[in-house]
Amino acid sequence: MEWHHALNLLLPEELLSFAGLILLLVAGWAGDRAARAITIASVLVLVVCGVLVAPELGGGGTGPQTAVFYGQYRADAFAAFAKLLIYAAAAACLIVAPAFFDRFKAMRAEFPLLILFSTLGMDLMVSATDLIALYIGLELQSLAGYVLASFQRTDDRSSEAGLKYFVLGALASGILLFGASLVYGFTGTTSFAGIHTALAGHLSMGATFGIVFVLAGLAFKISAVPFHMWTPDVYEGAPTPVTTFFASAPKIAALALTTRVALDAFGAQAAAWQQIVIFAALASIIVGALGAIGQSNIKRLLAYSSINNVGFILIGLACATAQGTSAMLVYMAIYVAMTIGGFVAVLMLRNADDEQVEAIADLAGLSRTRPLLAAALATVMFSLAGIPPLFGFWGKFVVFQAAVQAHLVALAAVGIAASVIGAFYYIKVVKIMYFDAPVDRVVGRSDGVHWALLGATALIMSPLGYLLTIWLHDLAGGAAASLFHFV
Amino acid sequence: MAGLPILSLMLLVPFVGAIACLVVEAQAARRIALVATLIDLVLGVVLWLNYDIGGPQWQFTERLPLFAGFSWALGIDGIALVLILLSVFLMPICIGASWRAIETRVGEYMASFLLMETLMLGVFAAQDLFLFYIFFEGGLIPMYLIIGIWGGKDRIYASYKFFLYTLLGSVLMLIAMLWMANEAGTTDIPTLMAYDFPVSAQRLLWLAFFASFAVKMPMWPVHTWLPDAHVQAPTAGSVILAGVLLKMGGYGFIRFSLPMFPQASAEFAWLIFGLSMVAVVYTSLVALVQHDMKKLIAYSSVAHMAIVTAGLFAFNRQGLEGAMIVMLSHGVVSGALFLTVGLIYDRLHTREIDRYGGLSINMPYYALFFMLFTMASVGLPGTSGFIGEFLSLTGVYQLSSWVALVCTTGIILGAGYMLYLYRRVAFGDLKHADAAAMPDLSWREWAMMLPLGLSVLWIGVYPESFIAPIRQDVAALDARLAQARPQGDSRLTPGKAAPARALALRGGAR
Repeated sequence: MEWHHALNLLLPEELLSFAGLILLLVAGWAGDRAARAITIASVLVLVVCGVLVAPELGGGGTGPQTAVFYGQYRADAFAAFAKLLIYAAAAACLIVAPAFFDRFKAMRAEFPLLILFSTLGMDLMVSATDLIALYIGLELQSLAGYVLASFQRTDDRSSEAGLKYFVLGALASGILLFGASLVYGFTGTTSFAGIHTALAGHLSMGATFGIVFVLAGLAFKISAVPFHMWTPDVYEGAPTPVTTFFASAPKIAALALTTRVALDAFGAQAAAWQQIVIFAALASIIVGALGAIGQSNIKRLLAYSSINNVGFILIGLACATAQGTSAMLVYMAIYVAMTIGGFVAVLMLRNADDEQVEAIADLAGLSRTRPLLAAALATVMFSLAGIPPLFGFWGKFVVFQAAVQAHLVALAAVGIAASVIGAFYYIKVVKIMYFDAPVDRVVGRSDGVHWALLGATALIMSPLGYLLTIWLHDLAGGAAASLFHFV
Repeated sequence: MAGLPILSLMLLVPFVGAIACLVVEAQAARRIALVATLIDLVLGVVLWLNYDIGGPQWQFTERLPLFAGFSWALGIDGIALVLILLSVFLMPICIGASWRAIETRVGEYMASFLLMETLMLGVFAAQDLFLFYIFFEGGLIPMYLIIGIWGGKDRIYASYKFFLYTLLGSVLMLIAMLWMANEAGTTDIPTLMAYDFPVSAQRLLWLAFFASFAVKMPMWPVHTWLPDAHVQAPTAGSVILAGVLLKMGGYGFIRFSLPMFPQASAEFAWLIFGLSMVAVVYTSLVALVQHDMKKLIAYSSVAHMAIVTAGLFAFNRQGLEGAMIVMLSHGVVSGALFLTVGLIYDRLHTREIDRYGGLSINMPYYALFFMLFTMASVGLPGTSGFIGEFLSLTGVYQLSSWVALVCTTGIILGAGYMLYLYRRVAFGDLKHADAAAMPDLSWREWAMMLPLGLSVLWIGVYPESFIAPIRQDVAALDARLAQARPQGDSRLTPGKAAPARALALRGGAR
């Protein structure tokens, strides 16, 4: 009975593993000729996973029956919300990848498989309620990620990105493990619920160190300042579809994981980590904004923008309240749409030789040569800057609302004032596309799939997105409530 | 009439027009924009005719719980009505002014303008705190594009300055709004207007709102984006900037700062007065030495808006009503002045004052209109400028005779720079051959100038049409402010005027 229940809850993960293994065999048998077919199959698998996970968002995703394997794993509404976002991001990345790699004859069958296994790792991350399970999920995701970053193996930048990502990622994993071992040493358990109980009351110095190291390791994964250095290099070097993936899915997974660790495992000592999160949030907002100003490569710019956005999401975490968590989830959902929209637009920027255009200066006058594409990119930029009436504003709105409700008015005021710095470079891109004379660098055509993805994300970012707010609010509220089961 | 969501309709028409403009070619975009703005003008007049003066404070209310955390709540009182009328009145004129002047990317231009209209009307009609914010802030995007794409030489610098200044001002307001919604438990503006926030919190909230409205207004010393934006914006952009966008600051003070934080408003009145006095004198002097006509009018706008802020914080009915009328009058007059500059700019492509001269000889009708608007700007009795300035200065005088004295110098200086401008442009000899060759007003320009000229005279001769709808709302605001009204220094004692009949009797006995 117990096993039956557990296997039922784990259906999406089971499907991902089996599908991954079977497709791996197919890939081994058929070779790269089957790459496209495997990609399509992988997207279908992700869609089915999404369908499987969706019911947990409702009433089924809360309460003690969501915990299985002796408290190591929890399939609650919170995990379901994050998983849906992850599946959407991974599927979008798979959809845009073939067109990109085909031009280098580099579309190999491993690509969709790596994405699938990485997604499996992320599923484990967002559902893990035990330090061991957490680490397994994190490594599964990261290892696939390292390979993905260097996927374009003939390209120096891509290899360099993969190597950097690997070395720094290994370091972060080490820090995380060190922190986890300290936490285990001072609490005597690896389960989040056990740690929560053991940490209540007086906080020993060793446990404090454990908390700090665990959070530092996780801060690397979400690329929060001061552990953000790798982000621009890896985002620039990695093939653009992979960057799309990095900026969306693993980030969501790592943020969800951080939230669960902070609120569940360390929930009894919120005061101990709140100041760390507040610092990381403000530093990310400011460094992300200042760093982006000097960038001339659009991918690097979006990398800094993602650091900036992580800062805003962390403000929701700093609240340590259910509203804050709900706000984070809403922000993440909007962030996924903005990121995918942004990178898909970047992927559509091709020059006459069908190469990617990445220099921001080459976008000059895009509004006259490619008005629709420019309008979509401008929508992304204004939305990222959080200018109403675009929907990006709503993410910032809910996060700051949660901060004000948690009496962190000063944090909210500083954070929002710093967002004006960010607006500077976002409107710079718009300026180059709309105000400058055309240079006619971007002339390549894009296929319908890209347009469909871009159109869908642009529709979400448009003012029509506000019609989703009630729905998003309910789902995220339910998800956040399921995380606060211990209260 | 009751069932028709007329305010939503007014927001929808330009919005749909904006989308339509994006997909059609230039001439069709012009026509669509004109038709959409004219429909809104008609709807605005319908709104005016159906507005029940003396009826409930909030009319034409709509409320749809469409969103989480806030709702689609619209509704207007007299103050909003007057400003909505101003917006819908100026919009078709702006479209007309851009008919020939804008040659490139017409569809996008018209779309930006129509979007702008939707957002402006939304600001005045919103009854929900966050809906207001979204409209208020959303105006940045179309205005940024209008200045940046179709502006003059330094348009990029001006557009950045405009965007970042106003954004920084407004984000602090957002935090204050979030706090207020949390404290009061509602986002409904009419409810919040009657909510008594703790006095200690009022100060911070007031400052946060001040940061936003002072930039939009614009008050000295955060006015510097305005001359840059004006000079670089196309004519219609300037008209809408001066005519309506600046009014958002004043509207913000009258809708939020004063009724929601009366005690803090009284405490900070000295700040407002101080900045207003500096602005009146300083920007008037700056205007006096400008070579660029648009810049001159831009600085004069700052000076006029300073009289608005002084009048608003006079804490009495004359001041409030006067400030409203100055806003209305300034909207029409400065819009008209920018248009008169635009007309000769279209002909000669320069705004240097020295390049003109003697235009009353070859363009007599043009000079006539220019004269009318110059006089209205100076505040000549019989024009709209006089009514508003007189009322607001009367209001200010009751509170502080010194402030009134300093602000009145603005009228004198205003006469100085405006008449000086007029003399250099319209009088004297025709020095330049190209200026002498300029033709007088075309029928299209007549169609723009005539309504503006008539409305200047209308407000000047019979302001009751515009004061009547706001009277009740100003009285309500005045009553709300009574708890915090500071003591004035003029020590006015109501005189015991002899009854008219007694006077008549005395006259008869003599």
